[in-house]
Amino acid sequence: MTTAINIPLEHVFFLAIILFLIGAFGVLIRRNIIFMLLSLELMMNACGLAFVAAGARWGEPDGQIMFMFILALAAAEVAVALGLVVQLSRRFETLDIDRAEELNG
Amino acid sequence: MSFWLFYVSAAVAIATAILAVTRKNASHALIYLVVTLLSIAVIFFLLGAPFAAALEIVIYAGAIVVLFLFVVMMLNLGRSLVARESQWLRPGMWVLPAILSGVLFIVFGFTVLQTEDIARIEGQIVPPKEVGTVLFHEYLLGVELAGVLLLAALVGAFHLGRRYMDERREN
Repeated sequence: MTTAINIPLEHVFFLAIILFLIGAFGVLIRRNIIFMLLSLELMMNACGLAFVAAGARWGEPDGQIMFMFILALAAAEVAVALGLVVQLSRRFETLDIDRAEELNG
Repeated sequence: MSFWLFYVSAAVAIATAILAVTRKNASHALIYLVVTLLSIAVIFFLLGAPFAAALEIVIYAGAIVVLFLFVVMMLNLGRSLVARESQWLRPGMWVLPAILSGVLFIVFGFTVLQTEDIARIEGQIVPPKEVGTVLFHEYLLGVELAGVLLLAALVGAFHLGRRYMDERREN
């Protein structure tokens, strides 16, 4: 059974590359930590897309399994990072990542 | 012939991703991110990975983005955030990151294009049953490690959040 799609694998990889670089661009230009985390989510999604595409190329479930591990990683990262965002906002009254450079709170 | 669906979803994903990383209002950026995630889910369906597509919608668009929105609303960021973002996001700052991303794009693209035989995706559907079978046989150790990772994240998030709630109660 197939989904009647027939595209070169490279096109999916190029989409993943573009999404990853948009995420990296977002991490570089932003100073607000919430937007940096959002861009990191985008980068992780791009990695997952590359894994699923490679798995689909061979018709094997391994790609989807790696995507699930990335999902668990992203969930764990977001839970801890948003706790840190709350602490940052409470201690420094700002979300500017440059204010947290001392890390001795 | 559903290949055009892939290109439409890819265009939507790229456009909304650019919008998501450049918005000044956090809630707007998160809504754009949801659209990006949904178009990636459509691509997963087309690639023959329905389980990954469902997880993308339920966990990413459903749970993780809602967690972000919850924090944004709890910190009560509104107009002041938009004003500060306008200060922080000056046009001159975009040049160097854009050049760096362009260089990385050339490097990545060159690596992908060097692949000799052009493989095509025929969209063979890998059902959830097959995924589950392989997941709980060959990747069992990975599942356990993911469980430990999530437990560590739970403890860490509880620790960070509890101190916030305690000091809030004292005030």
